Amino acid sequence: MSYHNPYTPPRKSATFDDYTLAEIRRAAATGIYDIRGAGTKRKVPHFDDLLFLGASISRYPLEGYREKCDTSVVLGARHAKKPIVLKTPITIAGMSFGALSGNAKEALGRGATIAGTSTTTGDGGMTDEERGHSQTLVYQYLPSRYGMNPRDLRRADAIEIVVGQGAKPGGGGMLLGQKISDRVANMRNLPKGIDQRSACRHPDWTGPDDLEIKIMELREITDWEKPIYVKVGGARPYYDTALAVKAGADVVVLDGMQGGTAATQDVFIENVGMPILACIRPAVQALQDLGMHRKVQLIVSGGIRSGADVAKALALGADAVAIGTAALVAIGDNDPHWEEEYQKLGTTAGAYDDWHEGKDPAGITTQDPELSKRLDPVAAGRRLANYLKVMTLEAQTIARACGKNHLHNLEPEDLVALTLEASAMAQVPLAGTSWIPGKGGF
Amino acid sequence: MDVSVKRESLEAMRVFDLAKTPLRELNSALHAIAPGTNDTNFEVVNPRGSHAVAVGIDQPVTVEVRGSVGYYCAGMNDGGTVTVHGSAGPGVAENMMSGAVVIEGDASQYAGATGRGGLLVIKGNAASRCGISMKGIDIVVQGNIGHMSAFMGQSGHLVVLGNAGDALGDSLYEAKLFVRGEVKSLGADCIQKEMKPKHLKLLAELLERAGITGVAPEEFKRYGSARTLYNFNIDNADAY
Repeated sequence: MSYHNPYTPPRKSATFDDYTLAEIRRAAATGIYDIRGAGTKRKVPHFDDLLFLGASISRYPLEGYREKCDTSVVLGARHAKKPIVLKTPITIAGMSFGALSGNAKEALGRGATIAGTSTTTGDGGMTDEERGHSQTLVYQYLPSRYGMNPRDLRRADAIEIVVGQGAKPGGGGMLLGQKISDRVANMRNLPKGIDQRSACRHPDWTGPDDLEIKIMELREITDWEKPIYVKVGGARPYYDTALAVKAGADVVVLDGMQGGTAATQDVFIENVGMPILACIRPAVQALQDLGMHRKVQLIVSGGIRSGADVAKALALGADAVAIGTAALVAIGDNDPHWEEEYQKLGTTAGAYDDWHEGKDPAGITTQDPELSKRLDPVAAGRRLANYLKVMTLEAQTIARACGKNHLHNLEPEDLVALTLEASAMAQVPLAGTSWIPGKGGF
Repeated sequence: MDVSVKRESLEAMRVFDLAKTPLRELNSALHAIAPGTNDTNFEVVNPRGSHAVAVGIDQPVTVEVRGSVGYYCAGMNDGGTVTVHGSAGPGVAENMMSGAVVIEGDASQYAGATGRGGLLVIKGNAASRCGISMKGIDIVVQGNIGHMSAFMGQSGHLVVLGNAGDALGDSLYEAKLFVRGEVKSLGADCIQKEMKPKHLKLLAELLERAGITGVAPEEFKRYGSARTLYNFNIDNADAY
């Protein structure tokens, strides 16, 4: 009897999958690493891995649309004479004019203002349009100090000292020459068309003791009026939070690896920093250990998409959240409307991340005047406001179901985890058990 | 100077003794100056290394500091003239917009960091990273400067009558550097450049503004950016 070797289908390596192989070929062909915008694209433990328990016999819920569930938040009351009061705890994260078009920045300001929240400048300074359209504007104080000046410092509502961001803790940035228009170049004191390096650390301080003095200087310059935030990437959240508090911060902003960037190396985005889920509890623990929880506010960001994400972040102990990527999507980023043009750029709606190239069909991550015109800042601002209101309503819906009359009354006890990883990171029990890895239970 | 004017200005001088008066009162008074007022002369005694002395000035005031200061003295100065009759800690005149800051002694790290305008004169030595990320400020150091000075300097001028430490002008953009003494080493993309007549004229003006006499511009060498790193090229990766 003859033997025929049965057919076995070709098997591709899990390690060397199609994307990995393509990346190796791309690197070999170009001699340069991949630079892109946005945050991590790999799947990481996230808020999806948590569930709320809702009310039951031992907890009674609040009536939807009838019983009040407060969403307001006060930021910066620790030291600032003029703390910020927001109607919703969902803020707009720092994004620069330069990385984004003027219309996009205006839209963010308009949307945030309608929704009663704050928006934030970015690396590159404050524009008059942004200030004018933003009722509450947070002014970032970055290592590059592009566009930094005392006039803008004084007309800001709060100051955010940026130590790091979730997409690249420990990394700086590079705004490539093709996005350096005359106006961007002028704001950054650099010639047009050259790559603009954003430094990875501040030029005039290193370490927490210096930071304390820097914060004091900024307070003195602004007569102790403005709340001072310190923003860190999700690296060592317990110690970074503790040191920011020690240095005198009013607010700590903590950005996980899902948080977007205008442009950096893909290898950095995907391999440095932690998911926000892993960051919140250590940061809250640091605040609690110092007796500063709710006195120094914690704003978390990185992959916040819905009111459920907001509610979960707050239940874990945050005071507010910030959104960046989701806000850009709300105003029109990666919209299928532009699919034909995304295809011409070799990508597809939902995957476009070459924000540094300045060719954004949606007119958002560009300085091209023709492309920028495509974004109507009034209509886009309205879309953002709608989205912020929906998220707020969603968070309220969940909070009422858990019997809470303020979003800040949500607590870890309201949550369970679907996976061991999420259980360990969020320090809430695995669903159906009282077991938290490393904490005992059954 | 007209004596009567001098007497009048002395009488109008407001003195803040930081041994007795909180720093907040000094800076608050400086910020409360209304445009056009004549009451613009301040004296600070017993600074005792205080940080953030005379920061955020936004009017053409004159501040005489009798002693040494800590971090960020005259930070973000915009139009004031601040003289420190002592030495200054890190970040003196950081992000200065306009005006003048004179340090009679030495300055620590990051002197004039990110400064956008105005004149910083250091009569002694300046430590490392003098003029880091400078964006238009003019800095004149009569002594030596430390390593990594003018790192990523974007614009403005750094004049050094003494020597410069390692990696001068690393990753320099368009700031212009003039050094009279030895340069221990140049940083990435920083090169010596020809001193043309227009540079000699520029340098002469800078020396004059700093009140320096007896030193000829011809004694200096000019350094600037080779501009090879302005747009990323993988073949330049070894430069970093």
